[in-house]
Amino acid sequence: MGGRATDMVLLDENGIRCDGRRIDEPRSVSIKAGVLKNADGSAYIEFGDNKILAGVYGPRDIHPKHLSDADTGVLRCRYHMEPFSVTERKNPAPSRREIEISKVIKEALAPAVMLERFPRTVVDVYIEILQADGGSRCAALDAASVALADAGIPMRDMVSACAAGKVADTIVLDVNNEEDQAGQADMPIGYMPNLNRITLLQLDGVMSLDEYKQCIETGIRGCKLVYEIQKKALMEKYFDGEAEK
Amino acid sequence: MTVFTTMDDLKKRRIHELLDNGQRIDGRGFDEHRSISIEIGAIPKANGSARVRLGDTEVVCGVKIQPDRPFPDVGDRGIFICTAELLPLSHPTVETGPPNESVIELARVVDRGIRESHMMDLSQLVIKRDVSVVGVFADNVAVDYDGNLFDACSYAATSAVLSARMPRWEYGEDGPVLQEGDAPLPTTTVPVSVTMAKIGNHIVVDPNADEWDCMDARITITTDSNRNICAIQKGGKNGFTLDELVACGETAVKSADAIRRTLEAAAKQ
Repeated sequence: MGGRATDMVLLDENGIRCDGRRIDEPRSVSIKAGVLKNADGSAYIEFGDNKILAGVYGPRDIHPKHLSDADTGVLRCRYHMEPFSVTERKNPAPSRREIEISKVIKEALAPAVMLERFPRTVVDVYIEILQADGGSRCAALDAASVALADAGIPMRDMVSACAAGKVADTIVLDVNNEEDQAGQADMPIGYMPNLNRITLLQLDGVMSLDEYKQCIETGIRGCKLVYEIQKKALMEKYFDGEAEK
Repeated sequence: MTVFTTMDDLKKRRIHELLDNGQRIDGRGFDEHRSISIEIGAIPKANGSARVRLGDTEVVCGVKIQPDRPFPDVGDRGIFICTAELLPLSHPTVETGPPNESVIELARVVDRGIRESHMMDLSQLVIKRDVSVVGVFADNVAVDYDGNLFDACSYAATSAVLSARMPRWEYGEDGPVLQEGDAPLPTTTVPVSVTMAKIGNHIVVDPNADEWDCMDARITITTDSNRNICAIQKGGKNGFTLDELVACGETAVKSADAIRRTLEAAAKQ
């Protein structure tokens, strides 16, 4: 059940995955904060082969005006893939998939951002996928979260994201593109590490109730690893990386 | 979802107060879904159809089955597509025009739940490999809104698919040719979607429109006949703890059993 037929060995007898990782090992992640001149906050992330830019504008005046809320600020989010980001050229117009992902990323960030301090304004988060591999929505959320912090917007917590999944009947951390296509399940998770809240959760693929629990726990471990890298990126920009203690 | 009624603060406060005392605004238990009524075959011109009421939320689903070209990379599989639309007659705040992000999410979540359960055995929907396959389209329209369209659409699509009759085609000289007779669609399992809302520190099953408007977060968990989880979507502007998610998983598995029996029984009518 599940996944496309493939000749690839997804998990060998030594517990090594198709790209050489162990089951609990994420891909290499690097984040740089403050990479754009005009945006109020920005970040660039490389998450495996994902290459993603996030830029934040705001809080600023909202247009159209009827979207303004007298009680709180509004968060808007756009997740967009460049036509050259995937193997076959993608139509540059936003697809239904991108609209859905924009919405889940927005809802994953919203609990972390203190929007109530900025009534009648908007915070716009723009995420551009320059190159996509598996797990781009998690990497996008990681970058967006750093960009919000870089913009100096008050936040209750960071949002860190990493996927877990099921490959060859085994729960693994950080599903890559091949594993997403040929594996059994993919579960992207967004998590606020200090408040201990899961703010993004999706799943496609079949798993038992026990595997479901194990999968969330595995994903949270990945989120905590990413959180350290997010903090490091902000440290490097604002404290020359020296306060890494 | 998708619709924002102007809920006055009093009602919202009342919902919170009641929940703190273990009660819901419509008198249900926290893990109790609203009554489900299913009319099968409501649209005779469709190959399968269902008109489902979940409380006062009503959805009509029609299944159309027709020959189609396969997707280029999977010539040995038929096509299954499930959509959902919120009609302007369903609620005063719904407007005509292209679907907004909430409706797009609704359609994609309903489709994903059924698709990822592998309910439809797509390998049995091939007329001629790489050339012609059977396409199954389950289109949902919401005609009356009282919250939780995710589950209402899922039940409507699932029961419409279960009751549908598939025409037969043979591949002739220049395309598929319709034959005599029909058969049920090749289904392998019955997916059941269970949506729960988190309001304050409480989690309730099958939120109605009032509860939907004041929830902090929601989660839709779809399970298959083997009681495995096959799709999840979290939504709403707040988060869940791990313990809450584990409890939601257990509730979804438990609640689905009776709903699955209801869907299966209705489809046999």
